[in-house]
Amino acid sequence: MRVHAKRAGVLLGSLLFPAWSMADWTLNMAPGVTGTSNEIFSLHMTILCICVAIGVVVFGVMFWSIFAHRKSQGAKPANFHENTLVEILWTIIPFVILVVMAIPATATLVDMYDTTESDVDIKVTGYQWRWKYDYIEEDFGFFSNMSTSRDEIYNRVAKTENYLLDVDNPLVIPVGKKVRLLLTANDVIHSWWVPAFGVKKDAIPGFINETWTRVDEPGIYRGQCTELCGKDHGFMPVVVKAVPQEEYDQWVADQREAAERERELTEKDWTMEELMERGEKAYASACAACHQADGSGAPPAFPALKGSQVALEDMDAHLDIVVNGVSGTSMQAFGDQLNEVDLAAVITYERNAWGNNTGEMITPKEVFEYKNQE
Amino acid sequence: MSAVADTHAQDHHHHGPAKGFSRWLLTTNHKDIGSMYLIFSFAMFLLGGSMAMVIRAELFQPGLQIVEPEFFNQMTTMHGLIMVFGAVMPAFVGLANWMLPLMIGAPDMALPRMNNWSFWLLPCAFLILVSTLFMSGGAPNFGWTFYAPLSTTYGPPSTTFFIFAVHIMGVSSIMGAINVIATILNMRAPGMTLMKMPLFVWTWLITAFLLIAVMPVLAGVVTMMLMDINFGTSFFDASGGGDPVLFQHVFWFFGHPEVYIMILPAFGAVSHIIPAFSRKPLFGYASMVYAVGAIALLSFVVWAHHMFTVGIPIAGQLFFMYATMLIAVPTGVKVFNWVATMFRGALSFEAPMLFSVAFVILFTIGGFSGLMLAIAPADFQYHDTYFVVAHFHYVLVPGAIFGIFASAYYWLPKWTGHMYDETLAQTHFWLSFVGMNLAFFPMHFLGLAGMPRRIPDYALQFADFNMVSSVGAFMFGASQLLFLLIVVKCVKGGEKASAKPWDGAEGLEWTVPSPAPYHTFSTPPVVK
Repeated sequence: MRVHAKRAGVLLGSLLFPAWSMADWTLNMAPGVTGTSNEIFSLHMTILCICVAIGVVVFGVMFWSIFAHRKSQGAKPANFHENTLVEILWTIIPFVILVVMAIPATATLVDMYDTTESDVDIKVTGYQWRWKYDYIEEDFGFFSNMSTSRDEIYNRVAKTENYLLDVDNPLVIPVGKKVRLLLTANDVIHSWWVPAFGVKKDAIPGFINETWTRVDEPGIYRGQCTELCGKDHGFMPVVVKAVPQEEYDQWVADQREAAERERELTEKDWTMEELMERGEKAYASACAACHQADGSGAPPAFPALKGSQVALEDMDAHLDIVVNGVSGTSMQAFGDQLNEVDLAAVITYERNAWGNNTGEMITPKEVFEYKNQE
Repeated sequence: MSAVADTHAQDHHHHGPAKGFSRWLLTTNHKDIGSMYLIFSFAMFLLGGSMAMVIRAELFQPGLQIVEPEFFNQMTTMHGLIMVFGAVMPAFVGLANWMLPLMIGAPDMALPRMNNWSFWLLPCAFLILVSTLFMSGGAPNFGWTFYAPLSTTYGPPSTTFFIFAVHIMGVSSIMGAINVIATILNMRAPGMTLMKMPLFVWTWLITAFLLIAVMPVLAGVVTMMLMDINFGTSFFDASGGGDPVLFQHVFWFFGHPEVYIMILPAFGAVSHIIPAFSRKPLFGYASMVYAVGAIALLSFVVWAHHMFTVGIPIAGQLFFMYATMLIAVPTGVKVFNWVATMFRGALSFEAPMLFSVAFVILFTIGGFSGLMLAIAPADFQYHDTYFVVAHFHYVLVPGAIFGIFASAYYWLPKWTGHMYDETLAQTHFWLSFVGMNLAFFPMHFLGLAGMPRRIPDYALQFADFNMVSSVGAFMFGASQLLFLLIVVKCVKGGEKASAKPWDGAEGLEWTVPSPAPYHTFSTPPVVK
């Protein structure tokens, strides 16, 4: 049925609504690719069937009454209004059904809560509005931003297949290994969800929540943030790439090397052009969601940077705001989120883009010294 | 209350309503105040509904077309707050004002001046709440559940006004609840023992106790927010040693009984309407009363089922799962009783009955999805998806709102003295029924397929059902204007209604003429 719907959609819909052609008419939960998600799926189907069965009986009696006991059909009302046996029965039978249902649910829950003996530990941190993944044993980490363009969202170009569900850097995990996730958040509460894993857990500032997954099939799995976290709550997808162990090991080695190279970049002597080029990219991923790509912001919550006092006047004050944030507002502390190179690049970019031509620049070394003198 | 048996007294010395606006501003008459509550709640229903139309229009197709995410969040928040606190709750208080004294044979509510005050606080509260839409930084945008720290550290400047508005609504609700309890416990007609009370009276008595128990908790949690925002405390701010999860515990300790506050009076009303149009007494009166009591008590120990994903310990998880599943038992008893009442009756299907039958069927569907959500492991997949949106709209729209429509059609002849236009009313029913199912049933599928709630834009695989849902929502929304027309028409004229226009109806309210005189039961009737 899904295939037919899709074909019909492609034929008709693609002419009228480009979006329609890619949609499908999924009705039910999918079983997923982990033991947990399969167990949840079977619980879901069991309780659904029980509900449908009860519904058929109850509504069956009701529709029979509606059909057969109509006044217009000359029905004469009976006068009974209680029956102790029946009333006791329909209290006890549902109770028994619930007990039967609670047993497998309890077993699954106990299993889901068992986060011991993990092979890989990854810290997941929710930020407004992106995820950060830190590989605790491996000494590297990175941000994962949505990569769907604003042009797609505002319908200026056609929407791609994974509209709103693509990121620049997916989480990479090895297949067949127990991966433990430690979840927290930097600002507000977020929730990390991948339906195919049957894993959803809130990421809460000040708390570290634990959950785990073991993915059997290699592939790319997608989910979204599921706790309202502000303006761009709908735009912080989760993408997980499950790969075979050898590929994972190679990837980890590459990441560690890249992290090392990044650290070395701090020592390098940067030119204005290099900083501007890097700053534009860093600004797009870290700042543009609130302050907009053209620096115009969305006042009053998100002030403009174009022509603003902060970007045009005292450099130290500018650095302080970016590194430490502004408490009581949405402006986060980026000191721990971005490395020195990106901090320097963003600040330099903000002071020289969109006609803010101060001609001033700050180097990664200076940022490093500023952060360490604090 | 005079014990003099002068049945003509009310005709001779009654002073009618004052003229002009002061009648409404200063009235202490339960019927006037009931009407004002009902009119106010319908106005809020249209306002909250129009916000839902904005939401559904934006979700008609993927991509951002009509509103920005920032405003979209304000719409979802205001829609929820206005529907819960402005439409559903005041509608039930309006029905209570009109009907409780008539059903228990009392001349008025026990505390008439407080009654006036508790009504007039409401327009003030909502004026403040709605005015936040025009403030710098916009209206509250953190969802009707206003989780901290999104609503505290990260909330818009208007949050303080929102808190003030919630306080005023809370004061109004508590005063209304005190009035209901005082009226029911003190002013019943001689002979009306507790177990002879009509079920609408019973359900409202229990609802009023729930209100008194939980509205102060809501006041507490918003006060803690106020302190965090304005006075430097850190109740919910982790960086100051506070606890964001504490907010959710306190909020849902209020929030879960709150959802029963919105449904129990509807249970009561439907328990009058189904027997009336089945021409057969209600099946299992006593078990109905005990079931409502059980639901109310259980509602205090299930709050954390809204929080299965926050990481509470497994023992807590299991306790809240079992307690939540238990609620299905008394709820099931009620549904079985309604069906048994219809069984072997002599049914007819006027508008109140149509809405009541739809209530039973669709509320039960909402109950089924509630049972599914109670299964904690499965909830990890359902939580905060459109499955939840489908669930609570199934219990609130065909539950609370259809219950209110059923009550309105049932008692309109008593209120106005005229019969409403049955053809138009049945049209209203069928449009609402189809529109509502078209709007909310596909949301089950969307949630199971993985669409999170509270998002202004969605991935492409969700496009079809969202479009269907929007069409249904527009249909449901538009058909509510028909209800306005029907009521206006009924107030202005129509076929004269007799004292008891429904042949199967039971109760003291049908012993007074239609329309009910300005003062009724100056001399209490005797219940045998």
